[in-house]
Amino acid sequence: MGRLGLRFVALGYLVVILVGPLFMMVWRTAEDLDGAWAAITAPDTISAFKLTLLVTAIAVAVNTVFGIVCALVIVRGHIPGRAFLNAFIDLPLALSPVIVGFSLVVLYGAGGWLSWFPDHGFEIVYATPSIVLATIFVTLPFVAREVVPTLREIGTEQEQAAQTLGASGWQAFWRITLPSIRWAVVYGVVLTAARAIGEFGAVAIVSGNIVGKTQTATLRVEDAYQFSYGNYAPAYGISFVLAATAILVLLTMIVLQPKGATH
Amino acid sequence: MSISVRRVTKRFDEFLALDDVSVDVAAGSLTALLGPSGSGKSTLLRIIAGLETADSGDVSIDGVDVTGRPPQKRGVGFVFQHYAAFKHMTVYDNVAFGLAIRKRPKAEIAERVGQLLELVQLEGLATRYPSQLSGGQRQRMGLARALAVDPSVLLLDEPFGALDARVRAELREWLRRLHDETQTTTVIVTHDQEEAMEVADEVAVMSQGRIEQVGPPQEVYERPENEFVMTFVGQAHRIGDGFVRPHDLEVALEPSGATREVMIDRIVHFGFAVRLDLLDGDGERLSAQTTRDRVELLELEVGQIVYVTAARHTTFA
Repeated sequence: MGRLGLRFVALGYLVVILVGPLFMMVWRTAEDLDGAWAAITAPDTISAFKLTLLVTAIAVAVNTVFGIVCALVIVRGHIPGRAFLNAFIDLPLALSPVIVGFSLVVLYGAGGWLSWFPDHGFEIVYATPSIVLATIFVTLPFVAREVVPTLREIGTEQEQAAQTLGASGWQAFWRITLPSIRWAVVYGVVLTAARAIGEFGAVAIVSGNIVGKTQTATLRVEDAYQFSYGNYAPAYGISFVLAATAILVLLTMIVLQPKGATH
Repeated sequence: MSISVRRVTKRFDEFLALDDVSVDVAAGSLTALLGPSGSGKSTLLRIIAGLETADSGDVSIDGVDVTGRPPQKRGVGFVFQHYAAFKHMTVYDNVAFGLAIRKRPKAEIAERVGQLLELVQLEGLATRYPSQLSGGQRQRMGLARALAVDPSVLLLDEPFGALDARVRAELREWLRRLHDETQTTTVIVTHDQEEAMEVADEVAVMSQGRIEQVGPPQEVYERPENEFVMTFVGQAHRIGDGFVRPHDLEVALEPSGATREVMIDRIVHFGFAVRLDLLDGDGERLSAQTTRDRVELLELEVGQIVYVTAARHTTFA
């Protein structure tokens, strides 16, 4: 009874917290498929999806490289301040995205320390660069956080072995280190991508939410909801696409990951 | 190829790992660096390989000063205690690694890897991953991988330390045969004096970052230069102002001359050899090595009082 009860509580919790809302959304989407489809294929929605895709791609690329380098420094580096870096890298998890967005506006906006950019024609705030910056900021820790424990676990012996066999530091990295941490990197990339696609708070502040220009997919959902006038089909439809993307990415990773591999 | 280490010192923070160490390894020899943990033997090996940098001193291989060279330019083969197998590669790719880095033609690599896998008796396991191998098989793969690039010297860091006793004995014998065939200059680090005695032509005994004595195994055992070597290489008991090895303690039922009265505390049989654990009047423990025949002849029993004489007694100034 005890174990059965525990299982029931765990499953019940999942249903109420996770499955319920998702299922409800799918249900509502299915109720008015035509309305949902029309909203998804509207030019402004397509534009929002494209922007989200672009921002996600940049954030993933930048933070994958940065995350791996950071993890290498944290685990292998002999430089002073790596403990500081290790603690600092979690900051985006602790900070509210709204504050991140606001600080970017202050920094790059009129009178900010980096207002040189907008003053010389490089629009940052209320343009794509600020959305990219905000997204990179909030997704910063994921790759590094996944890679650090794996790097610790594999140690340096394999790389040393590669070196005695003639591999340069660079060759040892590409042929030994990177393949050894690949699942951690993949997992970090998935989390980064999921977070980037879903980011709302920081982007809401810096983007200006200009329809067809600086409106990302999540902002589009919010708009569709705010200005629904009783017709929620567009909000459900776009939400469904975002949720489905996230689940698809997770599933792909599970399928790709070899049995017994640890991340 | 010969190895020459000249006045090498290495510190890790406060710890002095190597203290002005000089040692020569003759071309074609199999030398053991023998010492307890913390004696600096692995550090010395890693400095020869270029995996650590000495604070001062020089290393030459085959007469060429390699002190400033990175490991990949020293032409050494290195075998790690915990195998350092490339976990994401098959046995074949592990062994082929050094040749692939050197961009050798595929056919040549295939031929060489085939030969090596045969040499280390892993012919059928080329497509396996390291996780599918036993410890002994992994270490043989490690050896094949190190040998693939035709190293001028082969360096082994406690290569059999993580294996169980039987596999260890097997691999030891196999390494000796391999060395006799290939004649590659080999240095093996070990804390196991039996292993050093069995496998090496030359033993360098190390303690606290210094080399205590270098010589053929028998010489190091028979004529130790100091107390440390006496007690570390083989067993020895302090008796009076000197040391005696257990097999040099003769057991008799009657006292005669310079003997010592002891009680038999335990009799341990190792087949033909027998160890007697003895307790003298002051409560000091000794052990004597004798034979089964002698135990039977004297009808020795636990609790019996016997008399021991040192047939050979070594003192150090």
